[in-house]
Amino acid sequence: MRIDWLQFTPWAALAGGALIGLAAVAFALLLGRIAGISGILAGLLRPDKGEAGWRVAFTGGLAAAPFVYSLMSALPALRIDAGVPALIAAGLLVGIGTRYGSGCTSGHGVCGLARFSPRSLAATLAFMAAGFAIVFLMRHVFS
Amino acid sequence: MQLIVSFAVGLVFGLGLIVSGMANPAKVLGFLDLAGGWDPSLALVMAGAIAVGAAGFAVAGRRTLSWLGLPMRLPSNRNVDRRLVVGGLLFGAGWGLAGFCPGPAVVALGAGYWQAGVFVAAMLAGMAVHEAAGRFGAGHKSDF
Repeated sequence: MRIDWLQFTPWAALAGGALIGLAAVAFALLLGRIAGISGILAGLLRPDKGEAGWRVAFTGGLAAAPFVYSLMSALPALRIDAGVPALIAAGLLVGIGTRYGSGCTSGHGVCGLARFSPRSLAATLAFMAAGFAIVFLMRHVFS
Repeated sequence: MQLIVSFAVGLVFGLGLIVSGMANPAKVLGFLDLAGGWDPSLALVMAGAIAVGAAGFAVAGRRTLSWLGLPMRLPSNRNVDRRLVVGGLLFGAGWGLAGFCPGPAVVALGAGYWQAGVFVAAMLAGMAVHEAAGRFGAGHKSDF
C-alpha cells in the first residue's frame, strides 16, 4: 500500500468529520432521531402523516450546504468521473442496498458505530469491503 | 421548530461533507482504491465523526425524551442478519462504482452537478423498488 500524501488532508478530514458528528448528535439530542440519510430520503417516497416536513427540511439543508459554504469560501470543485450508465447502476444499487441493509454511511458508519452497535459494524464492514473490491476490479483488473 | 432544527442539522451535516472533502466522489474513490495511491482521509472523517458522536450518543442514549420533548427513536436492534450484510454489500458496490453515497449525492446536487441528479433519481428508483417489493411480503421494517 502506498499513501498518496498529496491527496491526504488529515486536518480537513477531522474537522469535517467533527461537524458531521456534531450534526448527528444534535439531531439525536434535539429530535430524538438518527441522522441516517438513506432512511430520511426513503421516507419521502411514501411518508406517513407528519413525517414529510422534517425530512424535506433536512434534505433542503444538505442541498443548501454548497451555497452557504460559498458565502464563506470558494466551493471546491467536485470531480465525478462516472458516466451515465455507471451513475444509474450505482444509484440503483445504493437505493436497494441501503434499504435492504437498513442504512448507509451516515446511519451505520457514523451514528451506528458511535453507538457501538454490532449490527452497524457488520454493515460498515460489508459496504467497505464491497467498495474496496469494486474499485479494485474497475481500476486494476478491467481498466 | 422541528423543521428549523432539521434544516440546520442537514446544513451542518452538508458543510461537514464539503469541509472533509467527502462531497467529492474522486476523493471517496481515492480512499476505496487501496491498490493505487491511497488517500486515508475518509478514515479520519469517520474517526472525527465517531469521536464526537460517541460522546453525544452516550448522553442521548440515557434519555427517554429529547431536549425538545420528542420521543427518542434510536434503533434498538443490534442483531446481525443476512439481509443486513447483503444490503451492505449491494450498497458498497454502488458506492464504489461512482463514489457517491446518499448524503454527498444530495450535496453535489445542491451544488448543481447534473451527474448527482442522475444518481439521486436512480437511487430513489432503487428505494421505490425495495418499497414495492415490501408490499409483496419481501420487505421489512428498516432501522433508520
